[in-house]
Amino acid sequence: MDIELITNVLFAMVRSGTPLLLVALGEVVCEKSGVLNLGQEGMMLMGAVTGFIVSFSTGNLALGVIAGMAAGIAMSVLFGALALGLRANQVATGLALTIFGAGLSAFVGTAYVGKPLTGIEALHIPLLADIPVLGPVLFQQDPLVYIALMILAAVWLFFRFSRPGLMVKAIGENPESATALGLPVLTVRWLAVMFGGAMAGLGGAYLSLAYTPLWAEGMTAGRGWIALSLVVFASWRIGRVLLGAWLFGLASIMHLVLQGMGWSISSNLLATLPYLATIVVLVILSSNASRIRMMAPVSLGKPFHPST
Amino acid sequence: MASPEPSRIRCQGITKTYPAVVANDNVCLDIKAGEIHALLGENGAGKSTLMKILYGVTRPDTGQIWWDGKPVTIPSPAKARELGIGMVFQHFSLFETLTVTENIALGLPAKEARNLKQLARRIQQVSEYYGMPVDPDRYVHTLSTGERQRIEIIRCLLQNIRLLILDEPTSVLTPQEVERLFHSLRQLADEGCSILFISHKLHEVQTLCHQATVLRHGTVSGDCDPRTTSTQDMASMMVGSQTTLGQSYPKVQSSEPLLTLQNLVAQREDPFGTDLKDISLTVNKGEILGIAGVAGNGQQELLKLLSGERLSSGEMIHYQNNKLDRLNPAARRKLGMAVVPEERLGRGAVPEMGLNENGLLTGFLEGLLNRGMLRRKAIDNFAERVIDEFTVKTPSVNAQAHSLSGGNLQKFIIGREILQNPKLLVCASPTWGVDVGAANTIHKALIALRDSGAAIIVISEDLDELFQISDRIGALCEGELSPIKPVTGLNLEQVGSWMAGVFNETESQPRSKEQQQELALS
Amino acid sequence: MSLLSQCLQNQWLSSFSLEPRPQESQLLRYLSPVLAIVLTLLSGALIFLWQGQDPLIGLHTFFISPISDSYGLAELGVKAAPMLLCAIGLAICYRANIWNIGAEGQLLMGALVGAWAALQVMDSGSRFSLTFALLAGSFAGLLWALIPAVLRNHFNTNEILTTIMLNYVALNLLLWAVHGPLKDPNGFNFPESALFNDSVTLPIILEDTRLHLGLMFGLLAMVAAWVLLSRTFIGFQLKVIGMDASAGRFAGYKEKKLVYFALLICGALAGLAGVSEVTGPIGQLVPSISPGYGYAAIIVAFLGRLHPVGITLASLLMALVYMGGEMGQIDLGLPLAIGSLFQGMLLFYLLACDVLIGYRVRIKKTVAATAAMPASEGA
Repeated sequence: MDIELITNVLFAMVRSGTPLLLVALGEVVCEKSGVLNLGQEGMMLMGAVTGFIVSFSTGNLALGVIAGMAAGIAMSVLFGALALGLRANQVATGLALTIFGAGLSAFVGTAYVGKPLTGIEALHIPLLADIPVLGPVLFQQDPLVYIALMILAAVWLFFRFSRPGLMVKAIGENPESATALGLPVLTVRWLAVMFGGAMAGLGGAYLSLAYTPLWAEGMTAGRGWIALSLVVFASWRIGRVLLGAWLFGLASIMHLVLQGMGWSISSNLLATLPYLATIVVLVILSSNASRIRMMAPVSLGKPFHPST
Repeated sequence: MASPEPSRIRCQGITKTYPAVVANDNVCLDIKAGEIHALLGENGAGKSTLMKILYGVTRPDTGQIWWDGKPVTIPSPAKARELGIGMVFQHFSLFETLTVTENIALGLPAKEARNLKQLARRIQQVSEYYGMPVDPDRYVHTLSTGERQRIEIIRCLLQNIRLLILDEPTSVLTPQEVERLFHSLRQLADEGCSILFISHKLHEVQTLCHQATVLRHGTVSGDCDPRTTSTQDMASMMVGSQTTLGQSYPKVQSSEPLLTLQNLVAQREDPFGTDLKDISLTVNKGEILGIAGVAGNGQQELLKLLSGERLSSGEMIHYQNNKLDRLNPAARRKLGMAVVPEERLGRGAVPEMGLNENGLLTGFLEGLLNRGMLRRKAIDNFAERVIDEFTVKTPSVNAQAHSLSGGNLQKFIIGREILQNPKLLVCASPTWGVDVGAANTIHKALIALRDSGAAIIVISEDLDELFQISDRIGALCEGELSPIKPVTGLNLEQVGSWMAGVFNETESQPRSKEQQQELALS
Repeated sequence: MSLLSQCLQNQWLSSFSLEPRPQESQLLRYLSPVLAIVLTLLSGALIFLWQGQDPLIGLHTFFISPISDSYGLAELGVKAAPMLLCAIGLAICYRANIWNIGAEGQLLMGALVGAWAALQVMDSGSRFSLTFALLAGSFAGLLWALIPAVLRNHFNTNEILTTIMLNYVALNLLLWAVHGPLKDPNGFNFPESALFNDSVTLPIILEDTRLHLGLMFGLLAMVAAWVLLSRTFIGFQLKVIGMDASAGRFAGYKEKKLVYFALLICGALAGLAGVSEVTGPIGQLVPSISPGYGYAAIIVAFLGRLHPVGITLASLLMALVYMGGEMGQIDLGLPLAIGSLFQGMLLFYLLACDVLIGYRVRIKKTVAATAAMPASEGA
């Protein structure tokens, strides 16, 4: 493989890893507060379709990005109302959110299928973009890639140094104790869920506005679920989310690489790669049960009853 | 304790009604500055409700509270802390995955906890001053129960505390640790802090407290000075009659072994668990073996290995002529073993299932099945027999397990096992959180089972209970088992030092400096 | 932030609160789906209004006209059959708290392998060709479900994520097959297999309709599952490990075996559903075998209260939603996706209504003062 091919592959890896990174970051925060939202796929789809419709109608891409995030938040509020407000089963509610998001996005997006849109363009960062390999891979991307990396840094700092970060961790471990200490458990969980929604919406908007600027029904193709697996892969550690996002990004462009290298394998078979890779990674990381128990937020997925 | 200044806290006419029960009925309480005040009462007497009201967790329906002579309302724990009220719950409000400092920081106002380094220094100072040393940088999951309690107390002490409420603080401590705690509390009281000490252990109240208020069925049944009142008198205030408390049963000696553990070792499964080290014991037919110890010293692991929820490797568990190590719970049940776990809901019983189905849960060998099909009638009958014979109060056999009170559910679970005529019964904390009446029923049933020739192992934190019903006692500490001795001729202090890990009587040097200190205090 | 939080929480607590019932309400357990359906219909009316349609005409088009003749009724059975089979299997899993989301993939694999088997034997003239194809399809579904079962039991891997991933894998395998090895050589390069002949086609059970034997499979499965879940010790054990796994372990139930049992049965039923589709109404292997039947079956299972009888009714309703969606597209020019929108809403409303089973709602006038605290012993 020559250096140019490697550069191209890495460039594509970062690009396709970005929506995964965004969604997984949102979900990590959410899970650290003890809430398991399996509705990532649905929130992503709504982010994608809303972002596309708004950008297509207004011609303003930034507005589309914001609208995508807003749609994600709106979906997460729906989740919160059931899972936090009404204490419904989080797994079932998350599934419902995904099914609902798939239906609603397909419904509102019907008229926009196949419509053309000029997507978000790359933004070369002066000087840094000229570094060999690293420059094209990291600094000739579109603005959302940079924003995703900045959010990553912010989330890392949040958990590393801030009191609210400590609060989120504490609430995720033991909401009863947190309440006894007077920490606002429900509020923190609501905010975490909404942050998750915003990130999933942004990840979806990235797909429909930057990655492949178009809308197609079900275009997220399981990325929301892959992002959920990514959180397990990262063992709820922020730094490893990035590593995981890029690894999964690589897996999802592998078929392009292999075809580029002249392998003649059915594209349908190659398309199973990211899913199979996800399963393999999950198996490797989950098989040590006590390690998972050590790393996972203790109260994850359990509804919390905040009154005597 | 006569003092010209107003009481630290005084409340009058406190009433709190829950849908089913009146938890507090016209309760009055008066605590002076620097006073250690006991709140006595058996389980369900209304102690928890009263302390939740004082700490702002629950609001009373009626009643008035005065703080330093001024009427106040305490709508939230935050307000309580603002006044200077601190509280240590029986279940600690600690986060295992955070450090001591981080835990304490979360309980303090944001501005006081900004600088974690500075806070760590303060923690060290305060903890040493009151004789409760803790390392501020340790993660909580590495600490013992006693050390965790210290964190809770220190968290209160860092906030200019003037009333400290402690809910059953000694139930998780060894007798030696209790002494150390009392030492610190006396020092605190001497400095003017009032302490509300909630307990049902009379001898502790006698040694520590200046005043006592006794609750029964939600009302105050009496006030007294525990230093001058006999335990019998206090007990009768608590339960209303003198016969029910502290009844001991005739001890027996038996020498026909049923179950033998031979150098049982097991690694912890849970990252926060305990390793079992080299445990050997024998339980004989027709005797009750009591295993004491502070929770978290390997009891859970031992119970799971005995029940078969966890399998052991090798040949370490012998039962009659069988090696149990690789047998699952159902297979052990077929051999006549029965187990009553500590968690009633969520292990001993399925909360959302009716009593009939909960009877089937472990009673499936009692003719409740016909070739894998359920025999509904027989299932109901079995549950009804348990309900009748063990006086379980329930509206019907269909009532969901979680709708029963703790005592009634425990009677059902123990009854379910006893009616299967086990040759060996293993019970964990059989009367934890159970009212005196139910506890007596349970104790009598265990004794009757013993007298019918079954072997029984009781694992409990409650030393009083173990002395009441056991024939021989041993203790677990950090996964090791002490020697096992007949109860006749054994004293509380001996078991206490076992619980602290001092097993060898002839050993003149206790194992560590800390233990030496503990012994010196005891 | 703390001020905001205080406001939020007070607002929330002051508007209403949920109070646990001492006993779960059995009445509401069965009323809740009805309530959810009513709410969905009301929301549907609003959606029709938003789309510029008369809501009454819209609802009529959607829910009445598809079944206003016998052909429509038969078609209802055609569409309900695969969802009934899948949902029965899912209900067995969900009772045991096994979150199998993979019915769709298991169905697709059943269709794929069943179609392959049918193509192999359809010219042999054997009487057992159809049986062979059906068995092959069921077995394929079973094997596809074996993967998450093994991974959950022996590698502690979350079955939600693995089954979802396997759905995508199965879909891609199906696409590969119809574009490659199973493509009809005489099919003008369309991504479809050859048409099946009569020897591997499910018999029609109602003349002049498409209603085939698959519905009978579904009804048989329903009865069998009913007996299994309500009358047998295995059914009881599944329920116990679903409600409270530690109680099941304590009682000595073999959790791993039960996981295998539930997942494999579900896989076989979903596989049967898939092969019944290709050997039934479709008659060949095509890329779009299932309009999301495996996912809709999740809703069916919950809507039917995980009870075989309830599931049967729910599968008919869900079939109606599919047919209504098609009708709405033809008659009113609405997007086909409105059907999936209705499905999603239905599940949402159901989850919300289910809260009433365990809690009653209290409207509070004063600001709630009881902050939370750990549930400690006694009062």
